[in-house]
Amino acid sequence: MSEMAIGRSGTGRHIAYVLRSNPVTAVAAAGTLLLVLIAAFAPMLVPYDPVASNVPHALEPPSSLHWAGTDQLGRDILSRIIAATRLDLVIAVSAVSLSFVVGAVIGGFCGYRGGRLDRWVGRFVDVLMAFPLFVLAMALVAALGNRVENIVIATAVINLPFYIRFARAEVNVRRNAGWVEASRACGDSHLSVVLRVLLPNVLPAMAVQISLNLGWAILNAAGLSFIGLGVTAPTPEWGIMVAEGARFITTGKWWLVALPGLALMLTVLCFNLLGDGLRDILDPRMRT
Amino acid sequence: MKPVAPAPVTSPLLQVENLQVAFSTRHGVVTALHGIDIALESGETLGIVGESGSGKSVTSLAVMRLLDRAGRITGGRVRFEGRDITHANHADLRRLRGSALSMIFQNPRVALNPIRTVEQQIVDVLAAHGRLSRANARTQALDLLRAVLIRDPEARLGAYPHELSGGMCQRVMIAMAIACEPALLIADEPTTGLDVTTQQTVMELLARIKAERGMAMILITHDLGLAARWCDRIAVMEAGRVVENGPTEALFEAPQHPYTRRLVAASPTRRSTLADLAPEAPPVFAVPKVLKAGTPPLLELVHVVKSFGGPTRAVDDVSFRLPPGGALGLVGESGSGKSTLSRLICRLIDPDDGDIVFEGQSIARIPAREFHKSPFRRDIQIVFQDSHDSLNPRHTAFDSIAHPLRRLEGLRDGAALTERVRDAANRAGLPMALLERFPHQLSGGQKARVGIARAIAPRPKLMVLDEPTAALDVSVQAVILQLLDRLRREDGIGLLFVSHDLNVVRMLCDDLVVLQAGKVVEAGPSQAIFQRPQAEYTRTLLDAVPYFDPQRRHAFSVPTAEPLSIAAKNA
Repeated sequence: MSEMAIGRSGTGRHIAYVLRSNPVTAVAAAGTLLLVLIAAFAPMLVPYDPVASNVPHALEPPSSLHWAGTDQLGRDILSRIIAATRLDLVIAVSAVSLSFVVGAVIGGFCGYRGGRLDRWVGRFVDVLMAFPLFVLAMALVAALGNRVENIVIATAVINLPFYIRFARAEVNVRRNAGWVEASRACGDSHLSVVLRVLLPNVLPAMAVQISLNLGWAILNAAGLSFIGLGVTAPTPEWGIMVAEGARFITTGKWWLVALPGLALMLTVLCFNLLGDGLRDILDPRMRT
Repeated sequence: MKPVAPAPVTSPLLQVENLQVAFSTRHGVVTALHGIDIALESGETLGIVGESGSGKSVTSLAVMRLLDRAGRITGGRVRFEGRDITHANHADLRRLRGSALSMIFQNPRVALNPIRTVEQQIVDVLAAHGRLSRANARTQALDLLRAVLIRDPEARLGAYPHELSGGMCQRVMIAMAIACEPALLIADEPTTGLDVTTQQTVMELLARIKAERGMAMILITHDLGLAARWCDRIAVMEAGRVVENGPTEALFEAPQHPYTRRLVAASPTRRSTLADLAPEAPPVFAVPKVLKAGTPPLLELVHVVKSFGGPTRAVDDVSFRLPPGGALGLVGESGSGKSTLSRLICRLIDPDDGDIVFEGQSIARIPAREFHKSPFRRDIQIVFQDSHDSLNPRHTAFDSIAHPLRRLEGLRDGAALTERVRDAANRAGLPMALLERFPHQLSGGQKARVGIARAIAPRPKLMVLDEPTAALDVSVQAVILQLLDRLRREDGIGLLFVSHDLNVVRMLCDDLVVLQAGKVVEAGPSQAIFQRPQAEYTRTLLDAVPYFDPQRRHAFSVPTAEPLSIAAKNA
């Protein structure tokens, strides 16, 4: 019975299996791939220059010339949506990577060592989480300056507490496992136990958190732009497009808001759905 | 195979006919039971023995109709007191379970609800079967705790499972299982994971309750010694089939089926040697050792003390020495400090006092956090008790074995590393094809070999073995013990064997040290201690080991009334 269940399966076959058994993951993965391709080749894909205004054709509804219509300056909305993909993805991915790396390392050490370090970091995280996070992000961008890097930093900081707590908890339950002790007998120092043994084991569980967070980071960046912090006017960005288009929604010009909003929603949805599939792919125990 | 006993006049208490169970898995449908026939009279104890994966537990779960959703009864019948319960509905099953059929599980700590007190959990069982008079719920629970001989039962009523020892938890489980006076109790490895002396008392308790209440019992175990000692009849299972079935003495004295013979051969008796256990293994070629006079001992402990805060010392003034290429056994029950001692010697933790001398040099002064830089790190390796828990779930067998080579010898991926890993795997008897697998894709014996291969990969001089065979089947245990003996004799690796099982230690080690509560109670050559134990504690340990000895049946298991099957045969 056990002999049958045991069978060597390659990584490719395993991914294929996960995608086959969970079609939602496959759809989300395809969507994410599409987003990345759009972001990479945005300059080649846009039908019009995303920042060139064309006032005679302002506020035109979707048509065969302008598939998603034009905005108040006559700029092609589809081109702007496509061009914005790159900026939004870069902000989200770099902010989440930054908070993941920093959070996992800090949380990993706290979970492994425990004691005073753990208590101090824990209280600091509690204080950070007591702020309304969006207000904290606003304050950080306002203080540091209205630049893309600062949006990334602000988004990373407000995500940090979740990663610290998550990594701490996941490492903490594993620190007494036999294989941690075994790796010390194999010549690992405490430092290398955390970085090379424990954290890789925590990664599958954190993958879910990462993908959920990507969606959240995009919303956060868009939200900052919406209230006028972060990315500024002519630059195509989903949040700004929604903010600017909001003025026209009362006069029935729905496409200014709806289409960038839809792009935002689909992107967030893709990342969220990807989470579970990603965990299954990264966890070798799912391979049988 | 049909039951040996001729069909009795009345129908047996439990009759399983041609029972088939299949599980649907990722790789299609897997048949777990290929037609099992078992019959059990009331008052009788049936032992189901076999190694892991043989279908023992599936049989009991199928009888209780507790199979998980993937499992299904695909054929055959289960009759209880003459009624066919194979397809009984849930309401009927709920009435049966607990009140007529009851079960106790392997790990009592997991089977008890951690957030409810002992009293609440016992009352729950009584209430579920309408046996509860609210007024004296407490008295009933108390009576049950008295029946399972729990010390100070009034105080235990309010206790939570985590406040009780493993043996106590199992007693509470037994109390819950017998609360509604079932006619049949199924005990699935009830003593596995308990200390030998606790094992003994739990089994005595079960046998006594069984005799007092006239219950029938099915004892599922991998331990032939236990089965031989407590059961009237034995069914031997292999790969989903009952290969042999008969009265205990007859079956074990003249086993018919080759599998039974192999199991019997692999079970250590009082006199067996390593060579007896696995006769097919190739002979060991011992390299004659020439120890020069004045060679320092490989390892010497001098008055070592360790405590983890609090008044009690985990290790209290322990001294012993191990010659190069020697084998020393450290024996004791849980809490004796033997695991702490093995971690001290491996320098994973620091001693509070005393000295640890390795090849004439003190290594106790090197702090544990710096020890990975010491050249001695390579020389002292450890094999852990739980082979599954000690393997990184993200490492393949290859990576696990390569781990010490990468860290301690700085080997990079390449031919040299592959060569060393393959060499270690080869010496540990691990097939090369398994090197690409992850721990969850390996069997228990294979994982034990990966753990041993990892320890011998950096070519250590001393190997600390922390109960390396405790979780293994007897046939696997026999092979692993022989492997360890071979490594010692052919490669000259000194072994420090930590175990609770005196009998296993006796076969592998020249000398042994008996520990109790962190102190050495007896030390000396293993044969001498085994034959003439001096300390009272050593004698208790020796008595409790369930040697496989078909003659040695316990008084309690002699049935008060002769079971029907034997009576019918005599008539």
